[in-house]
Amino acid sequence: MSGPSDFQPTNPALKWIERRLPIMGLMHSSFVAYPTPRNLNYWWTFGAILSLMLGVQILTGVILAMHYTPHADLAFKSVELIVRDVNYGWLLRNIHASGASMFFFAVYIHMFRGLYYGSYKEPREVLWILGVIIYLLMMATGFMGYVLPWGQMSFWGATVITNLFSAVPYFGESIVTLLWGGYSIGNPTLNRFFSLHYLLPFVIAGVVVLHVWALHVAGQNNPAGVEPKTEKDTVPFTPYATMKDMFGVSCFMLFFAWFIFYMPNYLGDADNYNPANPGVTPAHIVPEWYYLPFYAILRSIPNKLAGVIAMFGAIIILAFLPWLDSAKTRSSKYRPLAKQFFWMFVVVCIGLGYLGAQPPEGIYVIVGRILTVCYFAYFLILLPLLSRIEKPRPVPNSIADDVLAKSGRKSATMASAVIALLVAGGLFAGSVQDARAEDHGASPPGQKWSFSGPFGKFDRGALQRGLKVYKEVCSSCHGLSYVAFRNLADAGGPGYSVAQAAAFASEYKIKDGPNDQGEMFERPGRPADYFPSPFPNEQAARVANGGAAPPDLSLIPKARSYKRGFPMFLIDFFTQYQEQGPDYVAALLQGYEDKAPAGFNLPEGSYYNKYFPGHAIKMPKPLNDGQVTYDDGSPATVAQYAKDVTTFLMWTAEPHMEARKQLGLQVFVFLILLTVLLYFTKKKVWANAH
Amino acid sequence: MTTASSADHPTRRDFLFVATGAVAAVGAAATVWPLVSQMNPDASTIAAGAPIEVDLAPIAEGQDIKVFWRGKPIYISHRTKKQIDEARKVAVSSLPDPESDEQRVKAGHDQWLVVIGICTHLGCIPIAHEGAYDGFFCPCHGSVYDTSGRIRQGPAPSNLPVPPYTFVSDTKIQIG
Repeated sequence: MSGPSDFQPTNPALKWIERRLPIMGLMHSSFVAYPTPRNLNYWWTFGAILSLMLGVQILTGVILAMHYTPHADLAFKSVELIVRDVNYGWLLRNIHASGASMFFFAVYIHMFRGLYYGSYKEPREVLWILGVIIYLLMMATGFMGYVLPWGQMSFWGATVITNLFSAVPYFGESIVTLLWGGYSIGNPTLNRFFSLHYLLPFVIAGVVVLHVWALHVAGQNNPAGVEPKTEKDTVPFTPYATMKDMFGVSCFMLFFAWFIFYMPNYLGDADNYNPANPGVTPAHIVPEWYYLPFYAILRSIPNKLAGVIAMFGAIIILAFLPWLDSAKTRSSKYRPLAKQFFWMFVVVCIGLGYLGAQPPEGIYVIVGRILTVCYFAYFLILLPLLSRIEKPRPVPNSIADDVLAKSGRKSATMASAVIALLVAGGLFAGSVQDARAEDHGASPPGQKWSFSGPFGKFDRGALQRGLKVYKEVCSSCHGLSYVAFRNLADAGGPGYSVAQAAAFASEYKIKDGPNDQGEMFERPGRPADYFPSPFPNEQAARVANGGAAPPDLSLIPKARSYKRGFPMFLIDFFTQYQEQGPDYVAALLQGYEDKAPAGFNLPEGSYYNKYFPGHAIKMPKPLNDGQVTYDDGSPATVAQYAKDVTTFLMWTAEPHMEARKQLGLQVFVFLILLTVLLYFTKKKVWANAH
Repeated sequence: MTTASSADHPTRRDFLFVATGAVAAVGAAATVWPLVSQMNPDASTIAAGAPIEVDLAPIAEGQDIKVFWRGKPIYISHRTKKQIDEARKVAVSSLPDPESDEQRVKAGHDQWLVVIGICTHLGCIPIAHEGAYDGFFCPCHGSVYDTSGRIRQGPAPSNLPVPPYTFVSDTKIQIG
């Protein structure tokens, strides 16, 4: 505990301020002189990592709000415009979107650490409960943030989660109507979610201040679980803890940057690149990975109200942990039974997370119920029981003794911590991949794409040929409404000059107006115009195409995916494979068969496609050999057309992909250098502390 | 900062600390760049600011129109002989912001005055054909401009700016 600070600035101006507002003394006693147990391991750096993540989320969030439009008709488009047009907009959005996942990842490690080392025990109960409150606020904030892009998953996630409140007896419907601000999810819902999503992070920041305050009153727990007794047990926060935290933060940023620059959509759901459609629910509604364990608990209970109570109960129960576990020994290191059950509990949580992503049927439901029972049994039966029957091993006399005892085997801890972190990250992250358990047909064959991998670039020839295929074939039914003609001259695109893009634009007739006479008129396209859509509205598109509106193609390779399955999704995390979409689109274009297999009942007006989910597609076979003439001697075959147009569409889906990978390389070189330097600096600083 | 007793290699230790600090500072500075750069106009705004063409044929002598380019009002005046003479009679050196009328219009198109209609004082839009000089009068703080858009009286420090434009033909200009 830090007493009144004896810190005195020497500068007379600072002295003047300090006498009136002792803020420098407060900072000094809290973050410089503050005594921190000398035996803290790297699991303790997650507090600093979480502070960083909160800062990153607030900063990028405030910036994104400068460009975002919270309106049901414009939200999806405004997010696309951020990514496409705003300077570094793609970077800011990737940071914020994967930042949410990193925030939860770090908070789960932070919570499991508290659980393992008994950080909730006397006198840290209030500290722990404040943490549970922060976690609840984070969940609310994360949920509302996920609604803002207004894609299919946003919309239906909002529907499902708000409907949880309809389980409340008697008042349920009224509460849900109140939350929605209407008879269904709509523009009022989006507006209030935006407002609250902006507000809650600052509430979190406020509770974090209380959390840190409580921490500084009670003092930090430590792996030995014994309180510091003498000065030998502690080191000053600066430079010891600060350097260690900075090194931890730097390692974490490497992990974070992997997602930002190389796997930005790995943790997301492809369905959220389809604009919200109140008329169609996606085949599998799955929340973001960080809610999956609780979602699994919800689904395990066949009664609506009981399910909702169990789900919320699973979180609320954490607040009672200090009284459920009354064992005197804090750290599980000295509790042989509690230690084993802790790891089983971790497995139960990951298991629940995995099940939350599976379809609610068959064996998944049964296992889900067993694990739900295990989850609650851990808190309600096991911990109270263990605190009565377990015989703990003797704890060290002091922290200094603990440090001396383990100084022989300390180098291994960091390496194992980093490995455990990576594996756990992969597992957690990977569990969401199964969320894409679409009922697809045959798995599309993997293609070799020039743009895959960390150094991938678009093949300019393929982009230009693909544009030709789009223009001559696809554009008669499909729009490309997020792409402007000027984009054809953008760096990292098909490589046309500004003049060529202008000439290309002028071949199109664009509707404009009204003119001075109040009439709409047609004029030649300009570079600033967007590709015109073939149909004036969705109804017209529907009626002209046998009832199925041809989707806009701007985002199609990012909006389509297929199930990778275990263990491929884990391997994908390391190989950076993320071409499910392009593989699927290219396969679909080549997957037509003249005759449906015997026994398949093909509906009237549909065509058989091997790769289309359900196999009956309304689009007739679009490409035939020789249909488009290439000027560069490339083969005029369906396979080549499919590959070229898919490459082109991948570019329209992510026009800044090359910039993303290029900047990613620079950031990685920098972060590795910084991490190495911080490692040695930290080692030097700590050299005399051991 | 630290009491580390590595007196054996003071220079090596100092070098390490300085190097780490320097690399971290470079990283922080590089991080600020995208956070500031995003405030600049985005690509669609820049594209929408492309040059526009204006047909002058419908504007009769003595009339003027207001068109918008990059969100700014542009006054295009078809000046009368009298207005041109007024603009050219005055001694340039006597003006607050000395500029001759010839410098402010395109040679051979003396009757066309094209100016950005934003008062150079604090950005209000002056009213055409008002004020003591038959040019523009700003209602906000009383700046008066003449038939060449030059400041004659009031708090505005300089003349109404002339936007970049060219004559595509005798009756058509391209602004931007």
